[in-house]
This record gives sequence, structure tokens and C-alpha cells, in this order.
Amino acid sequence: MSLTVDSVSKKFGRFPALNGASFVAPQGGFVSLLGPSGSGKTTLLRILGGLEFADSGSVRFADLNWLDMPARTRNAGFVFQQYALFKHMTVADNIAFGLRVRPRRTRPSKAAITDRVKQLLDLVQLPGLEARYPSQLSGGQRQRVAVARALAIEPRMLLLDEPFGALDAKVRKELRSDLRRIHDHTGVTTVFVTHDQEEAFAVADLVAVMKDGRIEQYGAPADVRRNPKTAFVSEFLTA
Amino acid sequence: MKATFRKPTEDPIWLKALLGALAVGFIAILLLLPLVLVFKEALAHGLSAFWAAMVEPDSLAAVRLSLTAAAIAVPLNTLFGISAAWSIAKFDFPGKTFLVTLIDLPFSVSPVVSGLIYVLVFGAQGWFGPRLADYNIHILFALPGIVLATIFVTFPFVARELIPLMMDQGRDEEEAAATLGASGFSTFLRVTLPNIKWGLLYGVLLCNARALGEFGAVSVVSGHIRGVTNTMPLHVELLYNNYDYVGAFAVAALLAMLGLVTLALKSLLEWRYADELAAMHRH
Repeated sequence: MSLTVDSVSKKFGRFPALNGASFVAPQGGFVSLLGPSGSGKTTLLRILGGLEFADSGSVRFADLNWLDMPARTRNAGFVFQQYALFKHMTVADNIAFGLRVRPRRTRPSKAAITDRVKQLLDLVQLPGLEARYPSQLSGGQRQRVAVARALAIEPRMLLLDEPFGALDAKVRKELRSDLRRIHDHTGVTTVFVTHDQEEAFAVADLVAVMKDGRIEQYGAPADVRRNPKTAFVSEFLTA
Repeated sequence: MKATFRKPTEDPIWLKALLGALAVGFIAILLLLPLVLVFKEALAHGLSAFWAAMVEPDSLAAVRLSLTAAAIAVPLNTLFGISAAWSIAKFDFPGKTFLVTLIDLPFSVSPVVSGLIYVLVFGAQGWFGPRLADYNIHILFALPGIVLATIFVTFPFVARELIPLMMDQGRDEEEAAATLGASGFSTFLRVTLPNIKWGLLYGVLLCNARALGEFGAVSVVSGHIRGVTNTMPLHVELLYNNYDYVGAFAVAALLAMLGLVTLALKSLLEWRYADELAAMHRH
């Protein structure tokens, strides 16, 4: 019952975005994919989310052939850098979306959905904002709503693509510790993409440092920091 | 000395007055005046003459034909336009640029030429004409030809309106919907369509206005059979050429009125949903 990414490769035209990336994370783990832009971290995350397709390699998760499943059956919550909230829906409708599109037999009742939305808004610390539209929220609030929306489907996996990249330093720190708290509360396996090493080390149990579509070093934050295995890692960490 | 302050983006008063006068004058002379004259000419011999010209059987037949053609062409082009814009904006595939060029074709080719194409294809000496005639199917000089010509000419309106809009919106929201478990159709209905509905409405209204007003292409395929295959614009020309000015301007006034109703409808909707529009534009 773990997430096993095995030599996943992907080319965009002639440009190799991923060159055999591999790592193993335990169920309920919190992994950061850390690296400069163009290192393939977002591509790897999008492959995990089913938004991009690998050319070769495999991913096994909870005994499932993960890459053979379409995005909508993976039940993997995805949080985008630019929020990607549904602009024409209220906060409550955004969060409830994943529950409302379920087929009738698995769809919760209206009352249950309302309750669930309320719980999630409490969890992301935005109680009472059900009726707002995304345009009436700050950037940090929007991303909290996006996290609540991704959690509403009780995801098997939570994937976050530079979720705090567009926010200022103070809000980033708040959201970072809240994300960690939410992870510890829900226990959902989480993969988090960032180019900010401080963020990666502060929030994750495991850090994968990426370069040119490969994972240069993978391990607990303290180990990676103490023993950088390659010149690139040590340089990237001191930069 | 008293300094006068003004915003850096504010222009001097004489320039504002000049530009304003130019704009208003231009609109008044080129747009408003002709419209007013159409109604004035239509009513030149009084309201009863105007009314008599309107309810004249051939005029009514022309109105019916134009509305029928638009009622078929506009929904079909809405469907085609949405599919074309959806595939161009949300997917990558070989030949995409060619498809975009193809969509613009009806705008770049003269309507008369597009009408002639249908004559070549479906005419008595055309490719399919004789075979279809064997089965007693008549395309030219009948409703199908008029509908086909109208569809061809008005095809780009919906697609052209939607493509930049959908490109600009990107795929993020659709991707989010997919990860939340929504099917393609459900995503289209709940996410894509609400996001494009204003552009779509505008495209449909423009398409409708042009479908009712199309002259060139329809003129070639219609055959100008009075009371049978004459659409409103063709009927206006026919009456005008027969020196029936009141009749010509009465039908023209009705045509103009349909256009004005379209515009009023659009303004009404914009006013009614002003809040929602504002929410969509503030990101």
C-alpha cells in the first residue's frame, strides 16, 4: 500500500520533460518535488493526476495500475497554481462540485453535501464564506477554497502544483502550516510541487530534488540537507 | 499663479470635445440617419399604406421564409460553432491551423461566390443536381438551397466569437473538473458552457442578424420566385426595382426592426445579469 513511481518518462515533441523519474512513498506520506523550472516536477505531478500521459514507466498506488486509469476515476484531488476555481459558482458550489457530479447511487444527499461543505470550510479556516464568488476572495482564500474542493471528494491522493506560488511570503507561510495540519488530520497521501526549498523542507516528510527530468536525490529533509549527493543538489540548496 | 492639475491620463477639454463630436457625428450621419430615413420612407403615405404593404401575401411569405431559414441555420451554426471552438481551443491536433483558416473562409469569400458554389454542386448541370432530381429532391430554388447558403455565410459568427474566449480561459477549469470526477459531457455543461454563455449569446445574435439579412449568396440560389423563394432582403430589392417604394421600405423597416429587437434583447440581458457579468470579469 504505497506509491511507487518507476522510471516514468515523457517527451513534449523533442524536448524530454521526464527522463526516468522513480521514487517510492509510503501510504499517507507527504512528498515534495523540488527543483528549478524545467526540471520536470510539474509534468510528473500532472502525470500522477492523469492530466498528462507518460511515454513509458509505471506508477502503482494502493495496488492499482495508476497510469491505466483516466483522471476522473483516479479520485486524486488536484490543486492548481492559478486556483482554477469555477468562476461562475459560489464557494459552496465549487466545493460541492465533485460530489454533485457523481452518479446518483453514490451521490450524497443535499443535506449531506451542505454539511460536508461546512466541515471543509471549517477545516480550511474560511467558515461562513459559502455564498461568496471566487472573484470576491483574496488569493490566499481562493487557494484555501481550492484545497477544500480537492478534499471534498475524499481523495486517495492530494496533488498540489506550486499552490502558493502566486501568494506573498506571509500568506505562504500560513498556508504551508495549515496544509501540514490538514494532511495530518486527513492522512491523505500528498505530493507537493515547489521550487522553493525552504517550503519543501518545512512541509514534507520526503523531498525529491529534481533536475533535467530525473530525481537527483530523494530522502528525508534532514538527510538531504546534511548529505547532498551531487554537486547540483548542494548548489541548489545553498542558492 | 494658480496651477491646474489633471490626471496624467486625462486629455485637454478641446480634444475630448473634438473626439466626442466626431464620434457622435459619425454615428448620427452614417448609422442613425439612414435608419430613420427607412422608417420615414416606409410611412411616407401614412400608416395604413405601411400596414397594407406589410400584410401583402408576398411580403408575409418573404417574412415567413426568412424566419424559417434563420430558425434552421442559427441553431445548426450554434452547434457547429461550439464544436469547432471547443476542439480548437481545448485540444491539440494536426491540421488545427488549417481548420481555423477554413472557418474564416465564408468571411473572405464573396457571398455571391459561395452561392455559385451551390449552383455548381446542386444545379441542373451540377455534380449532384441530376441525381437528386431523379429522386425529386430540389435543393436550388427551394428552401434547402436558401438554408444551405445561409449556413455557409453565417458559419463563422459563433465560432469566431468563441475561439478567442475559450483560448483565453485555458483548460484549467476543465482539468479541475476532470480530477473531481466529472465526465466530459458534465464538464461541458457545468463548467465550459457557463463560462462562454455571454460570448455564445453574442455570437448567436450576430449570426441571427446576418442570417435574416443575407442577400448575396441567397440571391444566387433562391431563383427569386415571388411569394415562394424570396426572402425579406430579396423581396425588398424586388419591390424597390418595381418602384414600390412604400412596400420596399416597409419590409426594410421590418427587417431593421428585427435587428433592433436583437440589440434590445442583448442589452436587456446584459442589464439583467450585470452582477454576474462583473463577477466574471474580475479575476
